[in-house]
Amino acid sequence: MNAVARSTRLPAIVDFYITVMRVAVQEQFQYRAANYAYMIGMIAEPVIYLVVWSTVANAQGGEVGGYSAAELAAYYIVWTLVRNINIVFTPNGWEWRIREGDLSGMLLRPVHPIHYDLAYFAGWKVVVVVMWLPLAAVLAAVFRPDLTVTGVEVMVFSVSLLGAYLIRSMFLWVLGMITFWTTRVTALYELYFTAELLLSGRLVPLNLMPPWAQTLADFLPYRWTFGFPIEALVADLPTSDLLSGLAMQAAWTVAGAALVAVVWRAGIKRYSAVGN
Amino acid sequence: MAEPSPRRPEPLRSLSLAWTFLRIGAMTELQYRVNFFIQIFQTIIMVGTALAVLALVFSHTEELDGWSSPELLAVVGIHVLMGGIIRTLIQPNMIRLIEEVREGKLDYALTKPEDAQLLVSVRDIRIWQFVDVPVGATILGIALTQLDRQIGAGSAIAFGVALLLGATMIYCFWMILTIGAFWIVRMEFIVELFEGVYQAGRWPVTIYPGWLRASLTFLVPIGFAITVPAEAVTARLNEVTLLGAAIFAVLLFGFTRVLWRVGLKRYSGASA
Repeated sequence: MNAVARSTRLPAIVDFYITVMRVAVQEQFQYRAANYAYMIGMIAEPVIYLVVWSTVANAQGGEVGGYSAAELAAYYIVWTLVRNINIVFTPNGWEWRIREGDLSGMLLRPVHPIHYDLAYFAGWKVVVVVMWLPLAAVLAAVFRPDLTVTGVEVMVFSVSLLGAYLIRSMFLWVLGMITFWTTRVTALYELYFTAELLLSGRLVPLNLMPPWAQTLADFLPYRWTFGFPIEALVADLPTSDLLSGLAMQAAWTVAGAALVAVVWRAGIKRYSAVGN
Repeated sequence: MAEPSPRRPEPLRSLSLAWTFLRIGAMTELQYRVNFFIQIFQTIIMVGTALAVLALVFSHTEELDGWSSPELLAVVGIHVLMGGIIRTLIQPNMIRLIEEVREGKLDYALTKPEDAQLLVSVRDIRIWQFVDVPVGATILGIALTQLDRQIGAGSAIAFGVALLLGATMIYCFWMILTIGAFWIVRMEFIVELFEGVYQAGRWPVTIYPGWLRASLTFLVPIGFAITVPAEAVTARLNEVTLLGAAIFAVLLFGFTRVLWRVGLKRYSGASA
């Protein structure tokens, strides 16, 4: 246990992150075509929402839920960046990790495996964001968003991306670790992702949801990974809302980290790899 | 292998071959009955989400680009139904083909004395996914009841023809994507790409801006596959559109055939 304690001291862990991120950049940059095709497929989703809700806004005299068509365009274009940042290790990957004994190798390393996932996907983001820029330019040229931002909004938005990334990473990790107990997880994942779709601001700005759904969303982590970062930049939130949003993200990050720690400890006891 | 059976005329042979594979596939899948319940659950979630979104849209507006709530429900029904056909018959074959091209296992299909494109298109089936077909049909039925409109024999036939043409075009589109595997190695994203774009069909393609509507009609034939059948049951379809769909289906099928031949030339097998 001493080795573990020593290696998680700051400089070593920073070095670990930088190295893994660098590997991720180099690895993913080789698969430019695949990464691009994936992104284009992903962009279909917000474009559909955008067209549907713009049609509604135009039919209602130019506005729905306080959003004009041009503001909806801004919402869903920022959405594409937030969504890319939000892509983390999939819970489905855990089945493979456990079945193939891939996890055994990770256990031999002196750092908690979540650091590897956090670092690898963070590195991948560098490639993704570079590739996203031209796509965003095309979307902006086509849908003409109305976006005016202040310095504070940009700062809060940038920090909130980190928060969104951490929260979604942690919660999907916890969800994936359920595989330690049972492999019949497909249904559970679908429920989780459907709730996320409806209650995060991914489908539609939460303002457009019925009041009871908005209340429900307040008690769940989802909105801090989609709606909040987008609204931080797009909606004109007062500074107090921006700051309390960041505080909520911090709270959910801590809660996620605690859950990861607890579930990991219980789950790893149940793990036995092939050959053991 | 007993006596070689006398060769039957071409179309009949294709059909009986497809039927044989269908039966084998069904028997294989019937062993995994729990999957049926998982599929039911997934269908419930999918349909529930679609209905929730529809309710949300119509809580903010009376009609969407001229389509009323029950009319859009009909579109959802056809979308679910067509999705079931795709995931039962088309998608599993395409995913298998991509894998076999990458791993060099396509040799086994190519050496058989049958048309290779036919063979790779009928080998696999996921029967539990077929649940979506009756579910979609039920949603469509409910929508038509709400519309309270008599569907004449003409409309019903037009609907059936449009659906068949649409499924053919979706097959061609999937096949064209899959043929890309002869050139590109990493193709796992293709399923997500298709499903992402397929979601666009949950709405009539007429709501999309011109360039996108054109792409969703001719590039990705979702407009033909879902909107046109929906137009047939909501008294929007004219004969010209249906004729256009038929001509386009034939052209697309021919193009797919040519592209398949070109792609095959790139294939070098595992041991070559």
